[in-house]
Amino acid sequence: MERITFHPILGPQRIEREPVSFTFNGRKLTGLQGEPIAAALLASGIRTLRRHEESGTARALYCAIGHCMECRLNVEGRGKVRSCLTPLEEGMRITEGQQLPNEITGRKLQ
Amino acid sequence: MTKTPAYDLLIIGAGPAGLSAAAAAAEHGLGVAVLDEFTEPGGRMLGQFHEEKGRWWVGRRVAEQLIEKCSVLGVDIRCGVSVHGMLRTDHSWVVRSASGSISAARVLLATGAAEIPQPIPGWTLPGVMSIGAAQVMANVHYVKPGRRGLIIGVNVLAMAIARELSVSGVTIAGIVLPERNSVSGQDALPEEAVKRLLNLAHLAPSPLLRIGGKLGARLGMAGTLSRIFPRDGMKIWGIPLQLRTAAISINGQHHVESVTLADVTIAGEIIPGSKREVQVDFVALAGGLYPLAELAAVAGCPFVYAKELGGHIPLHNENMQTPVKGLYVAGNITGIESALVAMAQGRVAAAAICRDAGVLGKGLEHTLDEATDHVRRVRAAALIQFHSGIPDAREQLYKKREEKAWM
Repeated sequence: MERITFHPILGPQRIEREPVSFTFNGRKLTGLQGEPIAAALLASGIRTLRRHEESGTARALYCAIGHCMECRLNVEGRGKVRSCLTPLEEGMRITEGQQLPNEITGRKLQ
Repeated sequence: MTKTPAYDLLIIGAGPAGLSAAAAAAEHGLGVAVLDEFTEPGGRMLGQFHEEKGRWWVGRRVAEQLIEKCSVLGVDIRCGVSVHGMLRTDHSWVVRSASGSISAARVLLATGAAEIPQPIPGWTLPGVMSIGAAQVMANVHYVKPGRRGLIIGVNVLAMAIARELSVSGVTIAGIVLPERNSVSGQDALPEEAVKRLLNLAHLAPSPLLRIGGKLGARLGMAGTLSRIFPRDGMKIWGIPLQLRTAAISINGQHHVESVTLADVTIAGEIIPGSKREVQVDFVALAGGLYPLAELAAVAGCPFVYAKELGGHIPLHNENMQTPVKGLYVAGNITGIESALVAMAQGRVAAAAICRDAGVLGKGLEHTLDEATDHVRRVRAAALIQFHSGIPDAREQLYKKREEKAWM
């Protein structure tokens, strides 16, 4: 999605941020240092952050302020994080939240 | 042996209430820390702006002033820190957080509000988000939530953020009602939607709201307005407001591609043969706000239910004290109101805390009374009224608190 470079009412962004590179599911991307991972991914046109643990259907950012936990994904070396609250850093290796083997729940899905 | 707590006051939440309280308490010499889960201080004010008598009120500027004041006074603001537990020892609180345990003589909960989820078929599709998320993405992180979006839910928050998004350059295809069902309930009725919008009368230069603002107090007005409301909607700030249209489902393969809409009767029933699809790439659900109060429950605070204030709230008095020793509340955790009310409440909480800590000196009741009077004045003058019954609901609550005589 498009970034807002200069907001008509708010002006430039509050904090000036440097570009950094990172990977998502192995794909090389760039984002801004310190912005939430979810914002960097959305700016790159990526909405799907996680596959539902049981059904495997796509999930994305929902509340953007850490309440709903829908945007959880994996950051190498840190495990599962809420991507809406986790600042992006240079060289981060990020992968989407994965569907779990069905044996865990034992339930059969249609 | 009793250890001295690390802080005189620990505030949870760096929004308008928490930062105002921090600055006021630090001014009286208290050692104050503020924790917040978000990456930067300011709370939801960071993304809020609205037009007021031809000028823009910009929440971010207000937040920046408060942050600056806190920093000059030596307030320790720590962001990216989640709080998940609270324990009362003999003389202090131990707060469990993502960066370890922190002790404080007194704790102020200023955790704000959360959005009421509004389920609708297809709402787990990527591209569906709460209306607050769209606000945060566009106005705080400067990333557009999508190219063209639809807002489902008609209330004060939806209207305010619709305006913000449109000013931020995000196209809003329309604002529609949720389909009437057991979850949406009254929210799906055109009449109820009009009643909610009447609370916004001062904000909008639109004919509907201007008429509504003058006559809204008269009973029956809302019903009449929704009856005469044009089927294809009307534009407010250039955004189509469709009070006779409901969203049936959100559709798409891997992400949002469209929303199925249908016309509804005054009673919110779908008119057969009126279904159609509108192409959008994101949907913002606006279910309203409720006080975010889990930590008060963890701390053992009793709760009361007040519909006008947005749901279950921690019991407290007009001085923002709860019945739990050393525990105070301020801002949206005490009921859904505007940022200005939250800031005024923060100053009341700080005055009460300073009095209880014995640092106010003589003339203390004077300071506290002034602060509570100020809250009432700010509330009466508030441009954004989330609910018309707030002042009465507050009085009822404070009476309840006195009757129970907890302390």
